Amino acid sequence: MLLKTKHFGEINIDETKIIDFKDGIPGFENLKRYVVLYDGDETSPFRWLQNVDDGQLAFAVVNPFLILKDYDIEIPGEAVEGLDIEKIEDVMVLSIVVVPEDISKMTMNLKAPVIINTKNNKGMQVVLDTDRYSVRHYIVEELRRQEVNAGACSDKKEK
Amino acid sequence: MQVLVLTRKKNESIIINDNIEITIVDVQGEQVRIGINAPKSVSIYRKEIFLEIQAENKKAAEVKNVDLKDLLK
Repeated sequence: MLLKTKHFGEINIDETKIIDFKDGIPGFENLKRYVVLYDGDETSPFRWLQNVDDGQLAFAVVNPFLILKDYDIEIPGEAVEGLDIEKIEDVMVLSIVVVPEDISKMTMNLKAPVIINTKNNKGMQVVLDTDRYSVRHYIVEELRRQEVNAGACSDKKEK
Repeated sequence: MQVLVLTRKKNESIIINDNIEITIVDVQGEQVRIGINAPKSVSIYRKEIFLEIQAENKKAAEVKNVDLKDLLK
């Protein structure tokens, strides 16, 4: 199907790739079908979560594990059941990104990740039952921290 | 000082100060059972996580036409 999108112009959506968000996502409860797209660069941790019902709605999303190396979540029972998750290998986790004018201040929502069962193309946004993660986690800052940590580790090894 | 009035349903939660969780455990007529998980002494403000995520999602949806490759440089 052809879809007029905000970021890509008119594109052809492979209908077999459409992910069903039964309850939409908070704030957009009535829009239930999405696809995950990438911008030419498959190695980037970023993707678009493009709505199929409304081409103008798309979220920048990121693979949180590629930003925060020790991001550690327990998939809530409501998602395991609601998405019929059988194997952890089938699960894709994405954090929704807020990109402000100043891109260096972009944040990702680690508290409420999007969980997708790639086996049956069902998805939902969950709220983690933890106070460890914030809805606004600064991405650039986190990457700097990880670099510093990586540097500190390699220093130790050298000694 | 501010006063806030929130309506909650059974099993919905309020997150406070990122380390306090208050859950409506049960509602029986006019009686509401609330579960609170919090450090003993904290500065408290009430926040509705669902509304927060909703608002965050709305903010996220305002993303301009950026090239994802440009996001990390």
